[in-house]
Amino acid sequence: MLPGRRPLPPGMAADLAPHATTIVAIAAADGVVMAGDRRATMGNLIAQRDIEKVHPADAYSLVGIAGTAGIGIELMRLFQVELEHYEKIEGAMLSLDGKANRLASMIRGNLGAAMQGLAVVPLFAGFDLAAADPSKAGRIFSFDVTGGPYEETGYDAIGSGSLFAKSALKKRFRAGLSVADATRLAVEALYDAADDDTATGGPDLTRRIYPVVMTATAEGTYRLTDAETATIAEGVVAGRMENPGG
Amino acid sequence: MAMQFYASPEQIMRDRSELARKGIARGRSAVVLSYSGGVLFVAENLSSALHKVSEIYDRIGFAAVGRYNEFENLRRAGVRMADLNGLSYDRRDVTGRALANAFAQTLGAIFTEQSKPFEVEICVAEVGPTPADDELYRLTYDGSVNDEPGRMAMGGQAEAITGVLKSNHRPDMSLAEAVKVAVQALSTVGGEGGAARTIAANQLEVAVLDRQRVGRTFRRITGAALTALLDGESAPPTSDRPDTPSVPTGEAGKPTSSAGSADLEDRPGQPDS
Repeated sequence: MLPGRRPLPPGMAADLAPHATTIVAIAAADGVVMAGDRRATMGNLIAQRDIEKVHPADAYSLVGIAGTAGIGIELMRLFQVELEHYEKIEGAMLSLDGKANRLASMIRGNLGAAMQGLAVVPLFAGFDLAAADPSKAGRIFSFDVTGGPYEETGYDAIGSGSLFAKSALKKRFRAGLSVADATRLAVEALYDAADDDTATGGPDLTRRIYPVVMTATAEGTYRLTDAETATIAEGVVAGRMENPGG
Repeated sequence: MAMQFYASPEQIMRDRSELARKGIARGRSAVVLSYSGGVLFVAENLSSALHKVSEIYDRIGFAAVGRYNEFENLRRAGVRMADLNGLSYDRRDVTGRALANAFAQTLGAIFTEQSKPFEVEICVAEVGPTPADDELYRLTYDGSVNDEPGRMAMGGQAEAITGVLKSNHRPDMSLAEAVKVAVQALSTVGGEGGAARTIAANQLEVAVLDRQRVGRTFRRITGAALTALLDGESAPPTSDRPDTPSVPTGEAGKPTSSAGSADLEDRPGQPDS
């Protein structure tokens, strides 16, 4: 069902569809936080300024998608259905590692299209219900176009601004952050990414478009309301008024 | 060569019906009814691993009695059909009526074409915005479909149970009242000398399609929550939840349900990356 299984005409197709994004994920003491900016670009143009790239994969895991928009959304919907289908058929959820492995093989299936410029690389994070130590239950997995998964320690970012977001996180991340602190840190990292990468959108105070921030904890996934993200984003922007480097 | 005896088609159908009816009547019963907060499923089930009641889709549940392997086949096919339709079109395009039709086709074909019919009876229930909008479909072994008026019993001595349900059930009942009515109806049959039995919590499988929830509404009620509900000591376990939960909601404790799917699907067709 993936477009990757259908033959594509030869040649590069990267400029055909909206693209790019930055997603960050941070492991906190009681779960994991994932945030994504709201910009989609086509070449030098902004294709959309309020897209949503971070979604719940199921009740305890999150997926954020970077890369070609159309393929990414199809891959994500299929992944959500696969997790739900497995859960209903078997009467139990897949393990977090099982979900990551499944996502990896779905990305591997898109390799042909990826080589023609239609790559999709997600970031996957979730609360591991089977974790022996609750403080290590928030886990993050990254992928490449050939699959994966690669488990990350502490934090990770993907997309065009990930270099800057990861550099920011490298200096600011501490193990055992509270979910609230990790949420603020994620928005800060996205601000740093937007600062240096044109394909990443910063908090848009005039249109009231703020990053999408989601958490996965023992209580399940939760998407911060617009009011909550507005408060955080406005706090970050106010901080940068004093000190642009954060 | 074995002698071939002639049997009329009527005779064959009668024999198959009798076989199926006997098989279904031997098993334990299940009750489905709508109440103010949703649709309630209560089944007598000694096993905690093999379910008689399960989730099909966001607002659709499934209950069955009879042979486990046979209705489990149908359930899997139903989940597959629902998930595929939801992926191809939209989550709102998966309806209980379409599923009931598909089950009816399968059951009807098996009844006429196979040498042994499925010894099962099935309920496909879809929860609506109000109890009057709830849809309960009864599917029998021969593929017939009946639209039931807000309550139904199947398996075992279903007629006796239906009688009790009919006199006690009201669509505006609370969850606690609905569970009480369902368990009372189930326990009227099978006791010694026609007396009522007591059914313990660990012999019941209870689940609801929660009207107030967004996305996947199916929720099992097990353990302490079920015991409390049966004893009528405390408020129903929905009380700790807001009436309109933020999407998606997480289940505390064991994962018996998953993400609120309205959020997963709320902006179809938008470019995303």
